Amino acid sequence: MHKIILKKQLSADVYMLKVYAPLIAEERSPGQFIILQLDSDFGERIPLTIADADTEQGTITLIFQVVGKTTTRLAALNEGDAIANLVGPLGKPTHIEKFGHVVCVGGGIGVAPLHPIVQGMKKAGNRLTVIMGARNKELLILEDEMRALADELILCTDDGSYGRKGLVTAPLKELCEQTPPPDLAVAIGPPIMMKFCAETTRPYHVHTVVSLNTIMVDGTGMCGGCRVTVGDETKFVCVDGPEFDGHLVDFDNMMQRLKSYKTQEQEAPHPCKLNQQIENMNR
Amino acid sequence: MSAHDTPQQIQHDAAEGLEQILHRKEPLKPKERMAIPMQKMPTQDPQIRRDNMQEVAMGYFPEQAKLESMRCLQCKTAPCVKGCPVGIDIPGFLAAAAEGDFQRSIGIIKQSSLLPQVCGRVCPQETQCQEHCTVGKSLKDVNQAVSIGRVERYVADWEREHGVQAPSVKAPTGKRVAVVGSGPASITVAADVRREGHEVTMFEAFHKPGGVLLYGIPEFRLPKAIVQKEVESLQAMGVEIKTNFVIGRTRKLLDLMKKDGYDAIFIGTGAGLPKFMNIEGENLVGVFSANEYLTRSNLMRAYDRERADTPIFKSKKVAVLGGGNVAMDSARTAVRLGADEVHLVYRRTEVEMPARVEEVAHAKEEGVIFHILENAKRIQGNEYGLVTGMECVRYELGEPDASGRRRPVEIPNSEFMIEVDTVIVAIGNESNPLIRQTTPGLDVNKWGNITVNDDGKTSLPGVFAGGDIVLGAATVILAMGEGRRAAASINQMLSTN
Repeated sequence: MHKIILKKQLSADVYMLKVYAPLIAEERSPGQFIILQLDSDFGERIPLTIADADTEQGTITLIFQVVGKTTTRLAALNEGDAIANLVGPLGKPTHIEKFGHVVCVGGGIGVAPLHPIVQGMKKAGNRLTVIMGARNKELLILEDEMRALADELILCTDDGSYGRKGLVTAPLKELCEQTPPPDLAVAIGPPIMMKFCAETTRPYHVHTVVSLNTIMVDGTGMCGGCRVTVGDETKFVCVDGPEFDGHLVDFDNMMQRLKSYKTQEQEAPHPCKLNQQIENMNR
Repeated sequence: MSAHDTPQQIQHDAAEGLEQILHRKEPLKPKERMAIPMQKMPTQDPQIRRDNMQEVAMGYFPEQAKLESMRCLQCKTAPCVKGCPVGIDIPGFLAAAAEGDFQRSIGIIKQSSLLPQVCGRVCPQETQCQEHCTVGKSLKDVNQAVSIGRVERYVADWEREHGVQAPSVKAPTGKRVAVVGSGPASITVAADVRREGHEVTMFEAFHKPGGVLLYGIPEFRLPKAIVQKEVESLQAMGVEIKTNFVIGRTRKLLDLMKKDGYDAIFIGTGAGLPKFMNIEGENLVGVFSANEYLTRSNLMRAYDRERADTPIFKSKKVAVLGGGNVAMDSARTAVRLGADEVHLVYRRTEVEMPARVEEVAHAKEEGVIFHILENAKRIQGNEYGLVTGMECVRYELGEPDASGRRRPVEIPNSEFMIEVDTVIVAIGNESNPLIRQTTPGLDVNKWGNITVNDDGKTSLPGVFAGGDIVLGAATVILAMGEGRRAAASINQMLSTN
């Protein structure tokens, strides 16, 4: 059992939990995730990224958005309560070294997994531009933490309630147009955002790392539910990832697979409206 | 499809048959033994079991267990024993069962096997002990051999119902052994090593121990209560079980020795990395590895749609690719989850199918449609990425290949489409990379399986391995046999230093 040491509500749907998990805190590296389950008999196993860790306290920090049954139940837990099953750290750690100028793009809840990567990149001596985006001001998370790490912080909101009005791809494009362009881009957020970040950097040949959050059961390579098409190959997000070359990921296939069970719940599946909207905006 | 024999009828026939024999004064002659009809396994009616998860094979009645055991000729050479990977004294336990001394019978089995309730249910007996049985040979039909596995299951179940005695454990030695994984190989090692008085910790990646017995084999073939009992008996012996613990991630393998002070390690992580066909459309929505499909249903209990949070795909027409036990399990699970049609596609013929004969028969009884000498070539999807069909191609058998089986050869221009919304790929597993990627110096072969010597020792001192991570995908009994050997080797090492 893993006790919740601290709970904080970051925005309407987003919560932060500090959970006692000393072994995971000790072993984890940026880019890795955990799988948790609240009930051993009938609960589902969901992957969540590790936003931070404290080896002295023996805690890891989880940041999640309430989207389904398990996250709703998780959000209802309080300090002192415990999480029945927590396993990790899973996935390959982020490849961190001194690249030079690194642009880190985080969208919505994707800012949480981006945080330890920014920490790592900073420590390795990179110059960091962080772009954070959300639908509105209320949904922006970890602004202070990122401000403390970034050499330059660009905030974007869809409705213009804070920072620049518009999508994260706009400042990303401007950075790519500079000479020299960034040495590396890291983009984490909704799949559609990662897809368009990759499309933005592609013409400039800026290597772009994305971190994928797919359907998973075991998280150790056993089930293959997390598989994605990367280039001509099938890769497992849990053991080959979660980070891949964004220019090679088949995001359309990934988004369809993410909806495997949702489309079944609805009578007739429909193409993603957001996808259409963003495509229109990019024209 | 033959009419279903009701359990009542089967019991009635067995009771009559036994009555006649018990009235005799003189012992049975071999010819008379061979004349005893082979005892059928009582099963749930196929029409009823299609809609439930309960065990299909209900187990012998006591009369049947005795009668079937009397069919054994007690051959001096015991060819059956040579077919058993762990060398159970088969004539011995059958003789005891024939006398009705089930306690002695199970005692004999347990000298060599640790999981008779499991093996009695899932061993491919027709290619092991029963393949060599003189009765089957004389009757010119391996399926008429003495049903060794069914009697094994009977006496093992009898023991469970009458209370299993926890094996005694020797005085503490102060030595500590880490067992990685909690499937059949690991359970065997944990028990055999703990018996010698060493402390044992078992590490399981999932939230429940049991490995493939839990996530892979469905309830209708191996009730989870049996697996639970095996695990509880380990705990009663003092084995500590740590779930949610991935060796290679939560802790590096060698840190178990360096940081945690274990004196020896056994790796029994199984063969968990599903193989795919590498054909077009395999990442469409509705294509699953058998591992995923079965894990959702078994471990995550998705078949219980009311209570389980884990979803499972709702299918109308399912194609299962493969001809092994896992393929049968997947097809039969799909039937139970409500699919209208379940097709099993296998590129060789039924003779070459690696599945147990009983599973093939049960699958057919449950309405699974068999397509032999066919294989998938391409999976077709619609604009939403959902599977809509599968292109198959016909095969014929050519010359025998390295495995001695006739090689299936594609018939040119024989492609055709079948309409399906779900494809389950059950063509085996590769070795899981987690431990080898994070353990420098651990030797593996070209398939990624850990290489061991005859004592189960790996290239690293104090580190042993066994089961599917060494063998590639194999059987429960082979995993158990490997575990036995490695445990003996671990005990030997710990007693000498």
